Amino acid sequence: MGRPTRIKALQTGSRGLTTNTLLALILGLPILAGVAGIILPAFGYLPALGGSRVTLDHFAELAGQPHILRSALTGVVAGLATTCTVVAIVGTFLAGFAGTPIFSRIQHLVSPLLAVPHAAAAFALAFLVAPSGFVIRLVSPELTGFTRPPQWLVPNDPLALSMVAGLITKEAPFLFLIALAALSQLPLRQSRQLTAALGYGRLSGFLVSLWPALYRQMRLAVFAVLVYSVSVVDVAIILGPQLPATLPVRIAQWAADDDLRARFLASAAALLQLAVVLAAVVIWLLIERIGRFVLARLTYSGRRLRNDAVPRLISAFAMAACAALIFVGIAILGVWSIAGLWQFPDAWPAKLTPQAWLRTLPQLWPALRTTIALALSSASLALFLAVLLLHRNGRASGTGHRLLYLPLLLPEISFVFGLQILIVAAGLKPAFGSVLAVHFLFVLPYVLLSLAAPWRELDPRFERIAAGFGKSALQTLLTVRLPLLLRACLTAFAVGFSVSVSLYLPTLLIGAGRLTTIATEAVALSSGGDRRVIGIHALVQASLPFLVFLIASLAPQLLFRKRRAMRT
Amino acid sequence: MTGRAGKIILAAMLALGLAGEVSATDAGNWDAVVADAKGQTVYFNAWGGSEPINAYIRWAGGEMKSRYGVNVVHVKLDDTAKAVATVVAEKAAGKNDDGAVDLIWINGENFAAMKREGLLFGPGWATKLPNWRYVDHETKPTVLKDFTIPTEVLESPWGGAKLVFFHDSARTRKADLPDSAASLLKWAEANPGRFSYPQPPDFTGTSFLKQVLIELIGDRTRLLGPVDEATFAADVAPLFAYLDKLTPLLWRQGKAYPQNYPDMKQKLADGELDIIFAFNPAEASSAIANGELPDTVRSFVFSGGTLGNTHFLAIPYNATAKAGALVLADFLLSPEAQLRKQDPKIWGDPTVLSLAKLSAEDRSAFERLDLGIATLKPNELGPALEEPHPDWMTRIEAEWIRRYGAAN
Repeated sequence: MGRPTRIKALQTGSRGLTTNTLLALILGLPILAGVAGIILPAFGYLPALGGSRVTLDHFAELAGQPHILRSALTGVVAGLATTCTVVAIVGTFLAGFAGTPIFSRIQHLVSPLLAVPHAAAAFALAFLVAPSGFVIRLVSPELTGFTRPPQWLVPNDPLALSMVAGLITKEAPFLFLIALAALSQLPLRQSRQLTAALGYGRLSGFLVSLWPALYRQMRLAVFAVLVYSVSVVDVAIILGPQLPATLPVRIAQWAADDDLRARFLASAAALLQLAVVLAAVVIWLLIERIGRFVLARLTYSGRRLRNDAVPRLISAFAMAACAALIFVGIAILGVWSIAGLWQFPDAWPAKLTPQAWLRTLPQLWPALRTTIALALSSASLALFLAVLLLHRNGRASGTGHRLLYLPLLLPEISFVFGLQILIVAAGLKPAFGSVLAVHFLFVLPYVLLSLAAPWRELDPRFERIAAGFGKSALQTLLTVRLPLLLRACLTAFAVGFSVSVSLYLPTLLIGAGRLTTIATEAVALSSGGDRRVIGIHALVQASLPFLVFLIASLAPQLLFRKRRAMRT
Repeated sequence: MTGRAGKIILAAMLALGLAGEVSATDAGNWDAVVADAKGQTVYFNAWGGSEPINAYIRWAGGEMKSRYGVNVVHVKLDDTAKAVATVVAEKAAGKNDDGAVDLIWINGENFAAMKREGLLFGPGWATKLPNWRYVDHETKPTVLKDFTIPTEVLESPWGGAKLVFFHDSARTRKADLPDSAASLLKWAEANPGRFSYPQPPDFTGTSFLKQVLIELIGDRTRLLGPVDEATFAADVAPLFAYLDKLTPLLWRQGKAYPQNYPDMKQKLADGELDIIFAFNPAEASSAIANGELPDTVRSFVFSGGTLGNTHFLAIPYNATAKAGALVLADFLLSPEAQLRKQDPKIWGDPTVLSLAKLSAEDRSAFERLDLGIATLKPNELGPALEEPHPDWMTRIEAEWIRRYGAAN
């Protein structure tokens, strides 16, 4: 790849290098500080707590923690299971339905799901499936005979099945959206015609013709899903196993332990978590190899596999189920937010009251303003920088900005603690600026991730034609590339926006709690467990990115009303 | 850009070198403190998980603004340890002035840790607050000892707490209720799956373990000091023998636990649990008022006594608005603020003041308070058992996780 524009890359090479070096310095420094904030305490160095000599004691202490191996393994297995399932669902669904009417219907249904915060979706799911949850209430006591909730171990089952289910419902829409952006750069219609003419089934035709190119584009996003699922905290607390909890949950507990010496243990565990993440990545690389091998065998065998209705239906059902689960769950959280007393086994609250909304809404305004300001500015900045980076690096796969993906790969809790020390040491007051900087650090990789693939895969002939007309590089960028990539840009912006809206720990620790966002309010209040208040915050928190995604999906259709091919 | 960053760091280091101006923070000279506090902004780091409590703090902030010209910002935490973490990070970075935290709602292990690491503002200011004269430090020993650790007046008492059990009288008959840890086990045998406690290290859950330990340990004086390694195993043997019997009788057979008190409250409303407990005697009444629990819920305690303690306000050593924090701590101790706090329609938290020391008017206001249908009168709350030394909590939590941390 990258052949056609090599000349351009050479021309801008030297300038590109300095831009990259500068970026690496500006962004790399805080990232490295975050990493140092894990590594140093892990080896016993944190003078504020009296740790000033290098030691391996804390790793020994970690090894002595009860059930630590099981905690680590549960995370890996759950992460891999989630990723496998999500890739399978999204891949099969794309292969089976891309380009069909049902596809665009589900596409519109699924996109806004990205906007729902993980914790809210997990709460929604928990209330649906719990033994005292909505589903049981609907059929009890009439069908089940239950006047009291049964003693089923759901959620929080030791095999982490509920957690995996929760992660799948949230990650499938994310990967789907990334794939969608990538898909628009592939010759879908032509290859469909070709493989159909050769007698392939829909699935196998897609697999042998488009899948390798599509997967290459979504690969980083797949890794993001994997890393996220292995190191997730909030979903694991709500749905995951408790005895023992997964490693990230235990790290969060140690890092918040009132015995401050537990921070050393937390840092050592954070390094273990890093190793766990790496192990999961290595296993995934193996799975990729096996997949490639199988696909190659399938391709060479020439088998057409025409009977693929069952897997296609399953994938469509799974995608629709993800959407339905979250929508129904959120709707029920909405009912909770206006419920009076709502006891088991009543299917509907005894009385409805706007009391919780009236009490909560007036205080939400300041938090709402801060949330929107942070999300708008960090997503815009990240989009601008991502465009700049991709433009500078052209199609050459930018190894220079691999570093920027580090915040996705490191356990958030220790990383942020390292950053906090750096910011305080630099004498910066906790304020909008420093919080924005940290949000930017977390938002940028996601924006880059969403934009990089479509950027590289855009047909280079458009720009060559523009260059032929004597347009400068900048003119080409502004008048040809960016308009062609408008949907991808807007999607990337919306992804960045929703990441910023959902950031809790960085906002709390770097802002020293002085900047209140919907996320900090929601997590603080959810520790109080009032389902009404949780419902309100989940709805408000979800509605913000939802609006942005709505704009992102409608804007191209409005802007390009008269150019049919540009609307997707 | 890097040059500029260098300059910023340099400027910051200079600023750190030239420590902030000297301010009037000697609580003994109260007029100077009040004058100094005017115009300050106090960042009050307090758990933000309860809307009624948040509303109370908002009210206090409004009063502080109009009476003393002090701005109060409630930094809402999901866990007090986060505020401690902020102070730790500041100390790590050498930021010994202008800290981000001015006042913390604190007790127990967080206090013990901050005291041990020297992160608290001293010397003893709490007894110099004007409203200290109303505090009941004679009959409430927990006002001066936070989980057996002497406060050394590094923190000012804010409210009382006592372990109280709740049940739904529509489902459970009063006559069947247990009256001790031992009879609770018998009750659980008769009602399997209907009792549980929040998973340690949750504060309420560990409190339950401490309650059982106090009841079953032979010699209670052992709990007043740190754990003695030589006798620890024998000391806690009765507790874990008890838990070994109780665990299979718990909700979900002890394979999962409620997250915290609010989770237990929800489970009582959902009918998953029949007996729950909280550290605030008024919790059930306020939950009934909020429509979270049915109005058939009632309270009970063990006649042999239940755990009691006090929660406090503390000022970090590097707080920016120390004078403002002192004035706020004093205001929150005033009969007016304490009366409002004990009102179950507002918060329902027991006062730390001695009614005997109040003016006749204030005293009758306290006596007139309607504590709510599910709240026991002060004389029905039974004896208070003192908190063990924090060391016990840490060791018991670790031991609990080792024994019950992996369900199979």
